[in-house]
Amino acid sequence: MSDTHAQTVAYVRETMLPQQEPPMTQSGAVRWMRENLLSSPLNILLTVASLWIIYLSLAALVPWILNSVWDARSLSECRQVFLVTGAPGGGGACWAVLQERGIQLIYGFYPADLYWRPNLTFLLFFVAIAPVLYPGLPRQMLWFTGIYPFLMPWLLWGGSFWVPLLVIAGLVVGYAVWRVLGAVSGLLAALAAIVAALVWWLAAVPALNDGIHRLSAESRTATITAEAEARIERLRPRLADLEAQRESLRAEVSALEAIKAEAYAPITEAVEAARAAAILAYFEERGLDPESEEIGPTQRENARHEARAAASAAAEDPALADERATFLAAVDELTTLRNEINRLSSQITLMSADISNADSRLTNLAVMPERQARLTELRAMEAERLALVPRALRDLRRVDAAPAGTDPADLDALRALLEVRGEMTTLTNALNATYKDAGRIGLEPVQDREFGGFMLALIIGLSGIILSLPLGILLALGRQSDLFIIKAICVGFIEVIRGVPLIVWLFTAQLLLNYFLPPGTNFSLLLRVIIMVTFFASAYIAEVVRGGLAALPRGQYEAAGALGLDYAKSMRLIVLPQALKISIPGIVNTFIGLFKDTTLVVFIGLLDPIGLSETIRASTDWQGIYWELFVFVGLMFFACCYGMSRYSLALERKLSREHR
Amino acid sequence: MNKTVIYGALTIAGLAAGSAAAATLDDIKARGTLNCGVNTGLTGFAAADANGVWDGFDVALCRAVAAAVLNDATAVEFIPLTSQTRFTALASGEIDMLSRNTTWTFTRDVDLAFEFTGINYYDGQGFIVPRELGVASALELDGASVCIETGTTTELNLADFFRVNNMNYEPVPIATNGEALEQYGAGACDVYTTDASALAAARATFEDPSAHVILPEIVSKEPLGPVVRHGDNQWGDIVRWTLNALIAAEELGITSANVAQLAADGTDNPEINRLLGVEGDFGAMLGLDNDWAVRVISTGGNYGELFERHIGESTPIGLARGLNAQWTDGGLLYAPPFR
Amino acid sequence: MTTTTEPRSGGFRLSQLLYDTRYRSITIQVVALGLLVLAVYWLLSNTVENLEALGKDFNFGFLAQPASYDINQRLIEYDSRSSHGRAAIVGMLNTILIAVLGCIAATILGVIAGVLRLSKNWIVSRLMGVYVEGFRNIPLLLWIVLIFAVVSESLPHPRAYGSGEVDLWLGSVAMTRQGTWIPAPVWGAGSTALLAVFVLSLAAIWGFRRFARRRQAATGQILPVLWVSLGLLVLPTLIAYFLLGRPLTLDYPEPRGFNFDGGVLIRNSFIALWLALSLYTGAFIAEIVRGGILAISKGQTEAAFALGLRPGRTMNLVILPQAMRVIVPPLISQYLNLTKNSSLAIAVGYMDVRATLGGITINQTGRELEGMLLLGLFYLTLSLIIAGFGNLYNTSVKLKER
Repeated sequence: MSDTHAQTVAYVRETMLPQQEPPMTQSGAVRWMRENLLSSPLNILLTVASLWIIYLSLAALVPWILNSVWDARSLSECRQVFLVTGAPGGGGACWAVLQERGIQLIYGFYPADLYWRPNLTFLLFFVAIAPVLYPGLPRQMLWFTGIYPFLMPWLLWGGSFWVPLLVIAGLVVGYAVWRVLGAVSGLLAALAAIVAALVWWLAAVPALNDGIHRLSAESRTATITAEAEARIERLRPRLADLEAQRESLRAEVSALEAIKAEAYAPITEAVEAARAAAILAYFEERGLDPESEEIGPTQRENARHEARAAASAAAEDPALADERATFLAAVDELTTLRNEINRLSSQITLMSADISNADSRLTNLAVMPERQARLTELRAMEAERLALVPRALRDLRRVDAAPAGTDPADLDALRALLEVRGEMTTLTNALNATYKDAGRIGLEPVQDREFGGFMLALIIGLSGIILSLPLGILLALGRQSDLFIIKAICVGFIEVIRGVPLIVWLFTAQLLLNYFLPPGTNFSLLLRVIIMVTFFASAYIAEVVRGGLAALPRGQYEAAGALGLDYAKSMRLIVLPQALKISIPGIVNTFIGLFKDTTLVVFIGLLDPIGLSETIRASTDWQGIYWELFVFVGLMFFACCYGMSRYSLALERKLSREHR
Repeated sequence: MNKTVIYGALTIAGLAAGSAAAATLDDIKARGTLNCGVNTGLTGFAAADANGVWDGFDVALCRAVAAAVLNDATAVEFIPLTSQTRFTALASGEIDMLSRNTTWTFTRDVDLAFEFTGINYYDGQGFIVPRELGVASALELDGASVCIETGTTTELNLADFFRVNNMNYEPVPIATNGEALEQYGAGACDVYTTDASALAAARATFEDPSAHVILPEIVSKEPLGPVVRHGDNQWGDIVRWTLNALIAAEELGITSANVAQLAADGTDNPEINRLLGVEGDFGAMLGLDNDWAVRVISTGGNYGELFERHIGESTPIGLARGLNAQWTDGGLLYAPPFR
Repeated sequence: MTTTTEPRSGGFRLSQLLYDTRYRSITIQVVALGLLVLAVYWLLSNTVENLEALGKDFNFGFLAQPASYDINQRLIEYDSRSSHGRAAIVGMLNTILIAVLGCIAATILGVIAGVLRLSKNWIVSRLMGVYVEGFRNIPLLLWIVLIFAVVSESLPHPRAYGSGEVDLWLGSVAMTRQGTWIPAPVWGAGSTALLAVFVLSLAAIWGFRRFARRRQAATGQILPVLWVSLGLLVLPTLIAYFLLGRPLTLDYPEPRGFNFDGGVLIRNSFIALWLALSLYTGAFIAEIVRGGILAISKGQTEAAFALGLRPGRTMNLVILPQAMRVIVPPLISQYLNLTKNSSLAIAVGYMDVRATLGGITINQTGRELEGMLLLGLFYLTLSLIIAGFGNLYNTSVKLKER
């Protein structure tokens, strides 16, 4: 077409002109800068201020990060390396601490050979959460999501495989009761189901658990004994072998230490001399007496600063190159050896724990029949002595709890009874412990005290959120309810929890929870913290879910009513699935907040990443190390939280598109 | 070993049913481990290494008790406690004994219903100042700002000291020892005050230790020792005499190297024989077997050996024995006779 | 099933409690109440029994005993001979002080950062992005500790002022590693009158603004509100100041001894906590402000321009009133968070109520139950007051549906 035009109309250009560059000020970087950075005086000011801030932070950070040491065994060795290499400004970061303790900051004191368990738990978490987040996945996966909360503690804490199954069975019991009574009345069925499940968990599970362990232990006593003996037999020589290896490595270390010290001496001598001379020169130049009291701290700091340059220069003296090389090689070698020794020590620790466990198992199994006989004996005695105690005093747990004026003879009878009971408790506990240990079929148990680091923060955060979801949903529904008392209880609970800082709740868990529970109850601090955090999170989740319920169009509720669904059905089938879906971003945000707040457990003595850094700083090697640990911990938190918040933002956008 | 799983929570009902107070010793034996409260981290006294193994002077005492009771120095659960949480943990039964540089005071002993079973370190509150301040005595500290670890007796002593001497000061309370050191090192306070042992440990870690002086004044008595609950005298006796055995062993010249030999062969010294169970049955009186003291001493050695290994002059902390020398050497350590 | 027939008026049967919706709600509530009472009873009886077993009682007598510890920052008279109760009040006042100042600073920071994050200036908006994300995604505790360390390590040493190496800023302010010294006001004779004049001029400003608004509504005439207000604020007080013979003087800090003599010391623990809390909460407020501004549709601005309103007035009269409705509720919840987070003062040794009542007092007296109860009640009251103000505001700006 253009051809014809070109031929018929003379004044039309035949070919396109080559494209011209836009004027300098209207293109590329210049234009972009003009428009984006320098468009107005205020903007220019802001740009300059920002650049200045960026410069300041980089000027402080970059030399520190660049002048860093990765291979060293302690902070003082880091400082030696700085001195020897003549690092400008007296040196920078001592990352060597992460080489030794980095793993500890992540896993705490969790046994090194069992790291696969938290790893697997963490991976499975994504499998469990996937069907909730991606509706495209097969719905059957939701079954796994339901099972996961029971699987997670088992994987982390260990124990017999039937424990989670027994706990899950509680749900089945509740469901069965609900189905049976459902025909009579929905309300009655729901109540009865809850009661049945609670009874199952509180009474039946412990009894069944002890019973199964006992059966398992008694039926396999011979095998267990043989196995434990064989294990001790097997491990003892290996342990001795490892210890010998460690000894030989330690001998190597002392040899190297000597070489290192020899190489270090001339360097440090030269450097110290140079430094002292530089300080003297500095004061002389200004006509000051270096001993004078008149000299202020800034002057001294300046002098030291000056001296540092001289020290660097002295350290880089080519005459000392040999010593420097020897020293650095020795430090490298020593660090490698240290790592090797640590690895061996870790194996030795695990192995000796293993042997000591097997040993105590053998002892316990040996005295088991004896203890059982004694327990039977005690039972008979208890019945006898109980008969002597007046009915009114029989339930007392302490003699001094008896009312004043009680007959002394009765008191003596009570004392005798309590003595027997005390011994029975101890014996029962001891026997149960033996059964539990010997009869266990499943994963090796891990103590609460061995949890720490990021794993601890994640566990507290995750279990807090998972456990608080059901409670939070109930609270949200209660807060929306028309029933005055229910609403009042829920509002009261939510406001009280939200009105008081988490740290106060944590101190409550630490100091007070034992007061509120029946005398003698004693569970570990970690569990108490998880309980408290669950309550805490449930109040926040309730508010998030309430937001989701409120965001749902009124028509959904009305339509459910119009279909003739009762309250439970309409909530379960219509309202909650939609409301929870809208709430997911809010729940993720609550989790981020909770995850960050887990750092507060440091104040009650749990070893979260910050608590662990305190512990690391208490070792003689690393006392005085400060920024490196905080930077590491901060970056880890940032990576986790930033990733999650990005995800929650994307989800929010997706949901708002779908909702439209 | 008994290990609680999380489902232990579900046994509340079961526990509540039959909880009559049982003896601590029986509990520990049934459990198979000793629960010992220690500092979350105090150089030389309690710290965990890269493998999570606890070590230190206070920790060694826990291990000695475990060796006596359970014949296994590793059968200890170490429960790190802050200065704010230590007493509640002990009162609630979460721990069997507290070995966490705790000062023996009247109120703690009587009002809080605890029992101090001896003194494993005689300490006192001191001050550290930068050398360039030119301060030679704590009485020259009028108007200084002083870093203190909050929640400890040092806070109260400080208030008393300045009040008595009619001086002003600016308290800078800090949550932990590590934090306080960082602040003092940066110059956020002129003086740092805490137990003299911790000061020595701190001084060793500064970039230039000679730039700091520990002032001669010791403004308080800080007898540090292990603590148990009131009311279980048998358990208190075990902890008390384990410590005494360690101290007496040093006095009698029993070390980890020769203890096995001495116990096997017996000696001419009847006190050594009684201590090591060669004569008499002192172990049985405590509810233990007669070899208990042999195990205690062979675990980590006698008091002197423990001191040297963890906080002594050969370590970076470099504490002199001072008050903590045997009474025969002019110190205060004076174990009652094993008789 | 709903039916159109009248409910039977005949006798009440027990099964109606379960099946009849009118009675069922009562059944549910009675059951719930019963369970609640039971649970509370259970907790209380456990507590009583446990306290008895430990040989402790429940009383607040310890509040009257001498505290025997010192508190560095006190807004009321206190020394180590004062009672634990007084120490608790000193702590409460310190908490309230940091909370109020923190909220103000966080709002200013947050608004600036939120607006700048929307700026077209690439560097500025990116920098604000880094600030917001950095603070939102790293635990507050870490920030407090880090800022405390930075403040203590970057400022000059107080002795540097003493030796004359560094001069006081304007001869009156000294920022040091141990805190910042500022001049202290000295209230001489007649300063009450000065204060009265100041308060009166404030009242006059308020009256004038009211009058100007009425006038504008009635006649459309706009009075120079800003200039008159400023004049009223400064002039009468200034005149009174000189007429009364300069009753108010300043006590300047003088380098002496270890640090300074005179002036008021603002401690680094306070500065660090205040900075950290405001920066942290400011990051959250920035996001709220940004969201609030973005939530107002562009049509509103265009409509305002079409009416001939100048950009400043558009912002003041059209955009802000609408954005505020979106911004304020989450803002109030951030204020709540800040107040609660101030309990992290423990990390820098700022003596707030958790450090005095909830820390040292509990630790020295062993009264954890009573102490924690008081502490919880204090925070709860504070939170409820803030939430109450928030609700008042929400009701006042609620869209009036007609």
